[in-house]
Amino acid sequence: MSEEVDHSKRRFLIGLTAATGAVGGTAIAVPFVKSMLPSERAQAAGASVEVDISKLQPGELVIVEWRKKPVWVLNRTDKNLDELATVKSKLTDATSEGSKQPDYAKNDYRSRKDNKNILVMVGVCTHLGCSPKHFPDLAPAGFEDGWVGGFYCACHGSTFDLAGRVYKGAPAPSNLEVPKYKFLTDTSILIGDDSEGTA
Amino acid sequence: MNMMVAMLGWVDDRFPLTKLWNEHLAEYYTPKNFNFWYYFGSLALLVLVIQIVSGIFLTIHYKPDAALAFGSVEYIMRDVEWGWFIRYMHSTGASAFFIVVYLHMFRGLMYGSYRKPRELIWIFGVFIYLALMAEGFFGYLLPWGQMSYWGAQVIINLFAAVPFGIGEPLSEWIRGDFVISDATLNRFFAFHVIAVPLVLIMLVAAHIIALHEVGSGNPDGIEIKKNKGPDGIPLDGIPFHPYYTVKDIMGVVVFLIGFFAVVFFAPTMFGYFIEVPNFEPANALKTPDHIAPVWYYTPFYAMLRAVPPMFASQFPGVIVMGGAIVVLFFLPWIDQSPVKSIRYKDVRTKLALATFAISFVVLGYFGVVSASPVKTMLAQCGTIIYFGYFLYMPFYSRTEIKATMFRAPLVALYSLITLVIIANWWSGAVSYEIKALLTVITLAYTAYFLILPAYVIPAVVKPVPERVTK
Repeated sequence: MSEEVDHSKRRFLIGLTAATGAVGGTAIAVPFVKSMLPSERAQAAGASVEVDISKLQPGELVIVEWRKKPVWVLNRTDKNLDELATVKSKLTDATSEGSKQPDYAKNDYRSRKDNKNILVMVGVCTHLGCSPKHFPDLAPAGFEDGWVGGFYCACHGSTFDLAGRVYKGAPAPSNLEVPKYKFLTDTSILIGDDSEGTA
Repeated sequence: MNMMVAMLGWVDDRFPLTKLWNEHLAEYYTPKNFNFWYYFGSLALLVLVIQIVSGIFLTIHYKPDAALAFGSVEYIMRDVEWGWFIRYMHSTGASAFFIVVYLHMFRGLMYGSYRKPRELIWIFGVFIYLALMAEGFFGYLLPWGQMSYWGAQVIINLFAAVPFGIGEPLSEWIRGDFVISDATLNRFFAFHVIAVPLVLIMLVAAHIIALHEVGSGNPDGIEIKKNKGPDGIPLDGIPFHPYYTVKDIMGVVVFLIGFFAVVFFAPTMFGYFIEVPNFEPANALKTPDHIAPVWYYTPFYAMLRAVPPMFASQFPGVIVMGGAIVVLFFLPWIDQSPVKSIRYKDVRTKLALATFAISFVVLGYFGVVSASPVKTMLAQCGTIIYFGYFLYMPFYSRTEIKATMFRAPLVALYSLITLVIIANWWSGAVSYEIKALLTVITLAYTAYFLILPAYVIPAVVKPVPERVTK
């Protein structure tokens, strides 16, 4: 047998060992990485929430918790609805093409047609997740120009109209999300569920 | 005495104790001309120790559970013997860490501590800075106050901005839930008390090992190893111990006076070290009226806010914010000056550093206050200057004119972006005076730090002496 070291064979074996180790290392990382995903319990949470709106005055807003997120229920006045049309040219996504909402809320009011005064909306800014504030009359500082009521996110200065549509120039990329919802009765809404026939 | 010597010998035969002591302290030769700015390395080490010790004692009483966390912190503050003291030491220590580290980094920028052969020291240092930011972020969620909750909400949502469908699952993976919840708090506790501290300590060790391998820099930017006496000891070097250990103890005394003045008399530092809304438990339904990160993140936060959404995504802002830190890694290679220290550089380089420092502080201010169109414009101007310091450095630090403009597509692109930003200012509804002022500042900055050095007057450096000066 030769005393000489076969370098190419040695390199091959080192490469093979390293590759095997890398495969093993990747495999062992899988359980650790996956353990950090939302657990079964976290995925199971998220039941729908019923809201009584019989006492909700015109112009009034209530915040309810759904899937640990704030959901607004706003009773818009007819004047509010009329003014939605006047701001259209100032909006980024006036027709809500690039925004999240159920099909029945993809309209100018972003609400169900037969109850268009009631706005149901996830109160989480589409920018970085702060909860914007309702500014029904007075404009937030710096946005006085033609303010007809809406929402303002103090975190990064995004403004939205009373249908949750984002104004141009705001950091938020799209309109606020409308969750699935349905009317159980005239004065009661179910948030998180819009299936037909069970009401 | 003989017994002691014998014991030391016994240890030295089995562990290089004397060798380590000599290499890193008693026979580690350090330039004799260190000034005030050289205190902050050892002070950073001191603060690290304060944080680890106070942190361990907080862990003894703290409960990482969304239902119990806020209460357990109040329990530490009110019912645990000396709990308030340990907690305020830890919260003040976090801000002190960043004050010390920012001054330490500024020292590096002034005296060229990042230049060859100290590139790796600098790179380990930037990693330490990153680890510190992560450590501060994870730690800030633990008291489970309003600012903890909403700050984490904003920062984790930055990851959700990553395009191509990666962002949303990524942010859920970080949170362990679809919103910030108990799962998030529990894992942030694990990261804060074990994962990041381990990384931090290993990085600090690498930082110091690399430093002791090449030797310390100094305010003159001269390599003391080039002038050695017949005994092989640098002529301008003195042993770290006892000379600098004693000097650093002096720094420690002064630092601790200031540190404990804050701990005892202004532990929240008027809402800057612990923000006011954090004395209210986390509420997922209500964002505080004004939210801002803790002061040490605000320059980067201001840059994030300064970038408008593009292609219906806030990801460009995230890129800019990340880029502001990534650019630090390249510093050793973009500085083209033949001298290291600011002492021998020309006035333009001094102005570049001064405007950079000012832009950093101004951005820090705009990250604290709430946004408005005017402030956004000012923050955009500050962001241009922040990046200009790095991107124009190959030009204003160079002592000869080279036709590099066309060989630097990145710089050409950056100038173009600057012009687009200026054009965008003029389309906004902000007063004429402010538009004009910002346009003049930005154009003057670009002309003075890019056009002028690249085409007309290169940097002129002063001669560097052979030996260190007093």
